[in-house]
Amino acid sequence: MALEYRGVSKDFVTNPDNPLTAVRDINFRVEEGEFVSIVGPSGCGKSTILSMTAGLYQPTRGEVFVSDERVVGPNAHVGFMLQKDLLLPWRSIVSNIEFGLEARGVGKAARRERAMKELRHCHLDGFENHFPYQLSGGMRQRAALARTLAIDPEIILLDEPFSALDAQTKLLLQNSFGGTIAAAGKTTLLITHDLAEAVLMSDRILVLSERPGTIVAEIRIDLPHRDQPLKRRVLPEVSRYAAELFGHLKLEEKAL
Amino acid sequence: MTVAAQQAGTRVPAGVKPRRSFSLARHGTLLASLGILAGFLLLWEFLPPALDVPKFIIPTVSDCLVELKRMWFQERLFSHTMSTAFYTVLGFAIGSALGAVMGYLLGMSAFWEKVLSPYILALQIAPKVAFAPLFIMWFGYNAMPKLLVTVLIVFFPVMVNVLQAMRTVDRDLVNLARAYKLSRWGIFRKIEMPSTLPNLMAGLRIASTLAVIGVTVGELVGGNTGLGFLISYGGGQANAAMVFNAILFLTLIGIVLYTVLARVEEKILHYLPKAEH
Ligand SMILES: Nc1ncnc2c1ncn2[C@@H]1O[C@H](COP(=O)(O)OP(=O)(O)OP(=O)(O)O)[C@@H](O)[C@H]1O
Ligand SMILES: [Mg+2]
Repeated sequence: MALEYRGVSKDFVTNPDNPLTAVRDINFRVEEGEFVSIVGPSGCGKSTILSMTAGLYQPTRGEVFVSDERVVGPNAHVGFMLQKDLLLPWRSIVSNIEFGLEARGVGKAARRERAMKELRHCHLDGFENHFPYQLSGGMRQRAALARTLAIDPEIILLDEPFSALDAQTKLLLQNSFGGTIAAAGKTTLLITHDLAEAVLMSDRILVLSERPGTIVAEIRIDLPHRDQPLKRRVLPEVSRYAAELFGHLKLEEKAL
Repeated sequence: MTVAAQQAGTRVPAGVKPRRSFSLARHGTLLASLGILAGFLLLWEFLPPALDVPKFIIPTVSDCLVELKRMWFQERLFSHTMSTAFYTVLGFAIGSALGAVMGYLLGMSAFWEKVLSPYILALQIAPKVAFAPLFIMWFGYNAMPKLLVTVLIVFFPVMVNVLQAMRTVDRDLVNLARAYKLSRWGIFRKIEMPSTLPNLMAGLRIASTLAVIGVTVGELVGGNTGLGFLISYGGGQANAAMVFNAILFLTLIGIVLYTVLARVEEKILHYLPKAEH
């Protein structure tokens, strides 16, 4: 399998008397090529899970495995993307896409070739020499995806990559990401607030509780067209899945 | 953009204003600026004599021009100017290099920044030019004191700007670089250094104007070369026109240095979106 959490908890010790437990006893597995989403209330530790998978910090208890290797630090298996595109404003788009390859000893010509290939996959042909400020928000996120794919990671981590975009751009980008990721056959972990997005894009959804976050439900989405969220969107079952998620998040009780 | 061109279907990129009104506005401000200059020069030429202000208090424009010619041929104005310009640039280069290096080093070590910050603050507040007589006592009447004053005065704005920028580098960018397994040096070179460049350039621009002050004070206090020396010499002879001219040349040195830096900055920071007018 591609990713496994075994009994993972994470405490943040900012105040020694009262450590804050972000997530508690998380167990799950993601198979190779699977697209799994994590939904949960704000502050329940979703981004913490992403950071631990990327190896940016260590779990307090338990272990994280990526491609059967225990994660002890940043590693070449994962690529991640945030709500912010994190493009370097002083680099052209193509050189931004090359960024991740530079620390891996890939030669200059090979870097450029890989970057141009991902640029085309992400439909950014002709924009290679533009600078980030000259691109729209949606195009910038596509460039960030191209940069993530360029290092050919085994797992892609996405932390609310569409939440800063307007509704239409969001739909188009979900579709374009869904297609690109399916074509590349990448294992993906998507963190999102948007229940519909989770249903449209995933094979499986994990629902986290309030902080300290633990997994309270797991929903398998048995719908076709994972690679084309726009097509999946019109299926009648989508609203049923969304309603189920809605129930697990206890949103109705909170609204009272 | 002419009407004909618009009718021909030429596309106007959004946000670009029609050329003609743009250049008109530009010429308008230029004309107004030149008008104010002309008015000022006229007032300067005719008002003091009309009010019976003596020449050694406020010389007129023409007095200054006559004096300028005399200074050029008899006081070696050109070589004094070159000397001042040389030490301004040298002091600026040394001071800002030291300031930038110190800013980056402290920016990488929270510990040393905390340890040193009270002293840095104290030194930053201390009036650097007041050190000039001390430096003369220590090093004698040579170029060293003015160079040291300049280095000292240039150092702080550059260091503080760089340090401030290092503190505010986007953590997520650094994490991204860590996830891509960049080394500490790689993170500095590819993330921190370029992120802090706008602040560094702003610090250099401030420092360039201060560098002229540093050299001038050094020359005023001791020595026999440079525009600062001409100022104290002219002052001693009650030759106000000479002082005026020296100040003018000092200002020119500052403007040249500042303009060069602003140009370099524009070139280097081309990737920052320009504010619309
Ligand atoms: N570096 C840190 N130091 C201390 N506390 C932290 C740190 N990172 C996260 N936390 C805390 O851990 C909890 C979970 O944070 P996290 O960012 O994972 O939430 P999230 O589920 O991603 O929230 P959101 O949906 O709003 O993005 C929060 O209460 C947060 O304050
Ligand atoms: Mg988050």
